[in-house]
Amino acid sequence: MQITKMEKSITAMAGKGSCPLITIQPSRGLIDEKFQITVKNLLPGQAVTLHSLTQSEDSDFWEAFGHYVSDGKGTVKVAEDVSLGGSYDGLEPMGLLWSMKPAPGSRPGLRFRKTDVCTPVVVRIAVYTGHIGDGFTEASALAHAVTERSYMAPGVRRTDIRQSGVRGTLFVPLGPGPFPAVLDMWGGGGGLVEYRSALLASHGYVSLALDYYSTQVMEKSPDNDPSLGYEYFETAFTILQDHPQVASDRVALLGLCFGTAVALRVTAYSAVINPRCVVCISGSHVQPVKEPISSIRAEMQKNYYKFRCDQNNHLITRDMFLPVPPDPSKKVDVGRLKCPLLLIVGEDDQSWPTAESAEDIEKMMETAGNRHLLTTLSYPGAGHLIEPPYSPHAYASKMIVDQIKIKVTMLWGGETKLHSHAQEDSWQKILAFLDQHLYCSPGTSSHL
Amino acid sequence: MHAMSTMAMAGKGSCPLITIQPSRGLIDEKFQITVKNLLPGQAVTLHSLTQSEDSDFWEAFGHYVSDGKGTVKVAEDVSLGGSYDGLEPMGLLWSMKPAPGSRPGLRFRKKDVNTPLVMRIYVYKGHMRDGFNAESALACAVTERSYMAPGVRRTEISQDGVLGTLFVPPGPGPFPAVLDMWGGGGGLVEYRSALLASHGFVSLALEYFSSRTMGNASEKNPLTGNEYFEAAFIILKEHPQVASEWVALLGLSFGTSVALGMAVYSSVIQPSCVVCISGSHVQPVKESISGVFAEFGKNVHKTRYDENNYVIWRDLLLPIPTDPNKKVDLGRIKCPLLLIVGEDDQNWPAAESAEDMERMMETAGNRHLLTTLSYPGAGHLIEPPYSPHVRFSNFMLLQEKKKVVVLWGGETKLHSYAQEDSWQKILAFLEQHLYHNHDTTPQ
Repeated sequence: MQITKMEKSITAMAGKGSCPLITIQPSRGLIDEKFQITVKNLLPGQAVTLHSLTQSEDSDFWEAFGHYVSDGKGTVKVAEDVSLGGSYDGLEPMGLLWSMKPAPGSRPGLRFRKTDVCTPVVVRIAVYTGHIGDGFTEASALAHAVTERSYMAPGVRRTDIRQSGVRGTLFVPLGPGPFPAVLDMWGGGGGLVEYRSALLASHGYVSLALDYYSTQVMEKSPDNDPSLGYEYFETAFTILQDHPQVASDRVALLGLCFGTAVALRVTAYSAVINPRCVVCISGSHVQPVKEPISSIRAEMQKNYYKFRCDQNNHLITRDMFLPVPPDPSKKVDVGRLKCPLLLIVGEDDQSWPTAESAEDIEKMMETAGNRHLLTTLSYPGAGHLIEPPYSPHAYASKMIVDQIKIKVTMLWGGETKLHSHAQEDSWQKILAFLDQHLYCSPGTSSHL
Repeated sequence: MHAMSTMAMAGKGSCPLITIQPSRGLIDEKFQITVKNLLPGQAVTLHSLTQSEDSDFWEAFGHYVSDGKGTVKVAEDVSLGGSYDGLEPMGLLWSMKPAPGSRPGLRFRKKDVNTPLVMRIYVYKGHMRDGFNAESALACAVTERSYMAPGVRRTEISQDGVLGTLFVPPGPGPFPAVLDMWGGGGGLVEYRSALLASHGFVSLALEYFSSRTMGNASEKNPLTGNEYFEAAFIILKEHPQVASEWVALLGLSFGTSVALGMAVYSSVIQPSCVVCISGSHVQPVKESISGVFAEFGKNVHKTRYDENNYVIWRDLLLPIPTDPNKKVDLGRIKCPLLLIVGEDDQNWPAAESAEDMERMMETAGNRHLLTTLSYPGAGHLIEPPYSPHVRFSNFMLLQEKKKVVVLWGGETKLHSYAQEDSWQKILAFLEQHLYHNHDTTPQ
């Protein structure tokens, strides 16, 4: 980048000789850590725009921006000052991350997901004069800084698992262990997603990100799978329990979306899987429990006619499980659960009927007498994809629908600010729940 | 599996967990080490371990007792003994010493600043002093500590005869800058400049006291004449991303001699401020830098030796001369000056020199430009914080090609405190005079 002496002195004069400086603390952090962004050496009461920029693995640019006014010393502190507008407003220390959207001109229907968890997300934060909404070029910034945000803490080891027919990726914290463990299950259409497991390992859990949705376990029919599909998950659970660095009586299940359906099903009915606790995000207990797990998908397909579209032709699939049936053979009998259960509910979930299912789960457990095991966290304005915090909120994105093999734009739901607060709060609560039940609770019995 | 259940029973089923926050930081940042899920009131040893570029192991350890919840927080709890004691959040770094069996006379210096320092922290049962075997640890964590913040760019400089390494912060700039000079016997040391760039300063780590520049040291060698330093200063000033009015000099040891000589006598070098660590103003003022070096050579008979035969060089410049031709005239300095003094400096007479400098400036009427930070118990090598303190180390005499062991001085805890405090004060001084004083013209 060539800057001439003339440009240098113009810039100097523009700031009356001061050198604006922007710092990000920490400059290297984990993806779920907060940062503090400070801009110093501005003029007092100067209007500036803070702008964040990152490039996804697919080469799309994502950005966010906020409008600030410096204080009497010419300082802006994002953690303490109010954004007057932009892609977020108000007192939002992390707004420059969670309010990110694809840059103008991007392909539609994008979702920010990092497949390679061994390298950090690199974000550039720049400060510009005035309150602007576009034209964020590198050359016209007053200053910029860079932060690297990692999914894996130093020392966490990543291993591919291809064992006894099970496919997945294992993340192990540094040290002799033994550690508690988590069997981590995403939902449909995502492929094998590793970043949540990478983060869990960074917090002290051995975590197995399980690939199941795209594997043969979902293709088997009742005739050739008398285990009803449990065997695959039981093998995965046992692999975790038997791992030399895992405390075998301290293994949890964590599921999102379809992963919730699996987690509830196997916890209630499998003789092998006895988790210490279960976390279910954005899912439902509604499924034909006498059929193999693979038939849940078939059941969903039978109800495709219930799909709706919003005014933008985005697909709303939540009705496929509604109404919640009274027939016990059509939903997991959660009265049978013997371990603590944490439900995370987005009240604006347009993909699955999470809120209605959570209500019904509570009713069933009340009747069965195990209501004390249940904690439900329900977030107004949160959508379906409740992920680790600060990732950009995806209100709708493209996805290939099962069996139909058509790419549609799915409506996930959620209002960005409320959804982002839900991600931040729920992740803290999930970690605290796991800490409480996997680290702190004494003994080996599985009740509270 | 049997070992696993033994361990589980030992901890009554709990899983001790050690965390370091931040897990990735800059070399001058503090961290918080927490151990959880121990038994209440459990005696444990925290042990740190790192391997230098020369493959030596350095380690430190502290003895702790967990609280009622089975937690140890190094930032809040007291070490009852080990390589450090007391409430010392960073003791596991600065009290590191070479592991038993190491070669003698080592000094911890990282040459490659592109990669982080990797340090492991282990927790062991009981209060141990040795026999730290990773396999018997209860838990372990690792932290990466970098010299360069993300976005800082490193460039090797070989321009107008000047050799060195330039570090530039991310962004368009312009930035204030620092000409960074170490002392004798170090070769080119980059880590302080890398850190300065991580704090928003363009920094040039200048090579001038190495076999490349000193080779056949003579007064006629242009590489070590005053023109060399002037050329380096101009390179900084004219760099497209440097705010040319805001360039400082920072010197340690011999680098102090250069900084003071240039700041006072050079018509080309007009720094906004000067930082001098562990040095002196005593030098023949009409000589070039290599002439200064030769003058020291004349006084080599004043070398003393301690009981271990380690070399003490502080007397070579004593007593402070009264002859004005033999010391830099501090009365002529026109910019703010910060002196960092280790009161136990066995290598240079930094304390005596600082006193004399203050007297000169008092007489000349520019005393208000001077700030002196004097640290009891600190030795000569006052570096960025948390690096292990060494009281002595091997040193190669360039011209004689002979290895001696030099006594630097300093008591470890006091020296480490001095490093932490002085670095903060240096950064604040640079920030004040390079970033904030922009409404006043440099004097």
